[in-house]
Amino acid sequence: MSKIEDKLYTTRYRVDHNTHLKIADMEVCRKCEGKPCTIFCPAKVYIWDEDHIRVVYEGCLECGSCRIGCPYFNITWNFPRGGYGVQHKFG
Amino acid sequence: MEETFDLVIVGGGPAGMSAAIVAARAGIKTIVIERGEFPGSKNVYGGVVYVHEIEKILPDFWKDKTAPIERIITDSRIVFANDHGAMQVGYKTDRFSDPPNVITTHRAKWDRWYANKAKEAGVLIVNNTVVEEVLRESTGKVIGVRTGRPDGDLHCKLVIFADGAQSPLLVRAGIRKEVKAEHVALSVKETIQLSEEEVTKRFGTKPGEGVTFEILGSLADKMDGVAIMYTNKDTVSLGIGANLEQWKKSKVTPYEMIDKLKEHPMIKPLVDGGQTKEYVAHWLPEGGYDTIPKLYGNGYLLCGDTAMLFNALHREGTNLAQETGRLAGEMAVRAIKEGDTSERMLSEYDANVKNSFVLRDMRKYRKFPHLLFNNPMIFQTLPDVVGDMIEEMLLVDGKSKKEKQKIIVRNIRKKVGLCRLMGLAWRAWRSVK
Repeated sequence: MSKIEDKLYTTRYRVDHNTHLKIADMEVCRKCEGKPCTIFCPAKVYIWDEDHIRVVYEGCLECGSCRIGCPYFNITWNFPRGGYGVQHKFG
Repeated sequence: MEETFDLVIVGGGPAGMSAAIVAARAGIKTIVIERGEFPGSKNVYGGVVYVHEIEKILPDFWKDKTAPIERIITDSRIVFANDHGAMQVGYKTDRFSDPPNVITTHRAKWDRWYANKAKEAGVLIVNNTVVEEVLRESTGKVIGVRTGRPDGDLHCKLVIFADGAQSPLLVRAGIRKEVKAEHVALSVKETIQLSEEEVTKRFGTKPGEGVTFEILGSLADKMDGVAIMYTNKDTVSLGIGANLEQWKKSKVTPYEMIDKLKEHPMIKPLVDGGQTKEYVAHWLPEGGYDTIPKLYGNGYLLCGDTAMLFNALHREGTNLAQETGRLAGEMAVRAIKEGDTSERMLSEYDANVKNSFVLRDMRKYRKFPHLLFNNPMIFQTLPDVVGDMIEEMLLVDGKSKKEKQKIIVRNIRKKVGLCRLMGLAWRAWRSVK
C-alpha cells in the first residue's frame, strides 16, 4: 500500500459539501518557497497545481497541522460542521 | 436546546467523559457536546489505556465482558533502530495480567463504551455538534457556549473544556494561545488487520495478552521520529510521528514515512500480509510543562490534551486526561453545589492537579522536551551508533575482539565525538532526574 489515496480509502468520512479549509491569500502561496503544507499534510489535502494550491478538503484527517504549520499562517482552519468529516472506526 | 444546565462539557473524550460521570453521579445536571457522530469518532491515540486511573471511576471495569478490551499488555519493549537493524530491550511478566496494568483498546470503541457509562450516570450527550463560541457575561465570566445548531446557545454555571489539543475554540476565545508547531508531534497511524491467532503467534504472546513497542531511531528521515507498534485482538496499531517544526523542513511525507517503517526488517515480518483497515492522523502535545496554559478561569476549567497534558517520555496521555477530567468533575461538583464558580473558587482545581501525579511528572520532565528539540542526535545518531557497535561485535570476520573495540571507538569518535556524547548523557540525565 504505497499511495495515499489507498490509505484514505480505508478511512471513513461523511463529506460536507462546503470546505472547512480555506487559503486566505493565494498570492502568499505563490511566493512561499518550500510549500511545506504539500509535504507534511498527512492526507495530501494541499496540492500545488501549476499556479495555485488545490485544497482537497474531503480527505482531511483533522489533525490541525496546516493551521500552525503553514509558515505564513495562511490557512483558515475550522472544524467541519457537526457530524461531518472524518469518523473513526478504530482511532 | 434552549435549556439550562449546571455543567456543560465540550468534548466527549476520556477527559470530558470522566468529568461528566463524576458530576452526574453527584446529581449535577450535565451535558456533553461532541462534534463527531458518537464519542470517540473524532479521537485518535497510540493505543494503550492505563487501568489505574479508570478504576478510580469504574472499579474492576476490566472484569466487565462488555468493556472493549483488545489485549492485556504483559510485554513492553523499547527498540533502538537504525535503517537496517534494531536493538530491543523488553520486560515481560505475568504480574501485569491479573489485575492488568495496561490494556490496548481502540479509541472509537472505548470512548463510545465509556460514554454509555456516562449515560447510565445521567449525563446527556449531544453528538454531531460543534461548539463555535464561548459565551461570557459583561464581567468576562464564562456562562455557556454557542453551538452550531439553530438556537444552539447553552447556558450553565460552569464549562469544562475537554475539546482536545487543537481547540480552535479556545484560541478564538482567547482562553488558550495558539499552539506552536515545535510543541506538537504530528503522528500518523495505521490499524493493520491480521487474525487473532496470527497476532498471538507472530508476537509470541498468550491468547488475550499483547506486546507494546516504542521505537526510537533513524526511521523518520533526519527527524526526531518516534514509532509505536501495539498489538490488538486481531489487528496491529503501527504509528510514527515527528515534531511538526521539523516536518516543515522535511522532504518526506507522513504516508511515505509509515510505508518505509513497514519495510523495516524488525517490523516487516510482524505486519506483512496484513490489511490496513484505517489510516488516521493526530497531534501529540509534547511541548511539556512550559506549554501548559492556565487550567481555570472565571466560570471554566481545562483538562486533558486541551491543557497540553502529555508525558512525552513515558508516552502517557489518556491517563493524564482521565485523571484531570476526574479532578475537574470533582471541582465542578463542589463549585456548583456551593453556588460559587468564580476564578478564586476554581483555583482549587489547579492546586489539585499540581498535587497529582499529572503535574508532578510533567514538572519532573520539564526540560525533557527542550532536550529532544535541541539534540536531534538522540533519535538519529545514537541508535545508529549503538546498532553499528552491536553489529561489529556480533559479526565474526576474523578480526580480533581488540581490533573490533578499536573500530567501535573510532566509529563513535567519527559519528558523535566522545565529549559530545558525555555532554549529552549529562544533559539527558539532568532533564529527567
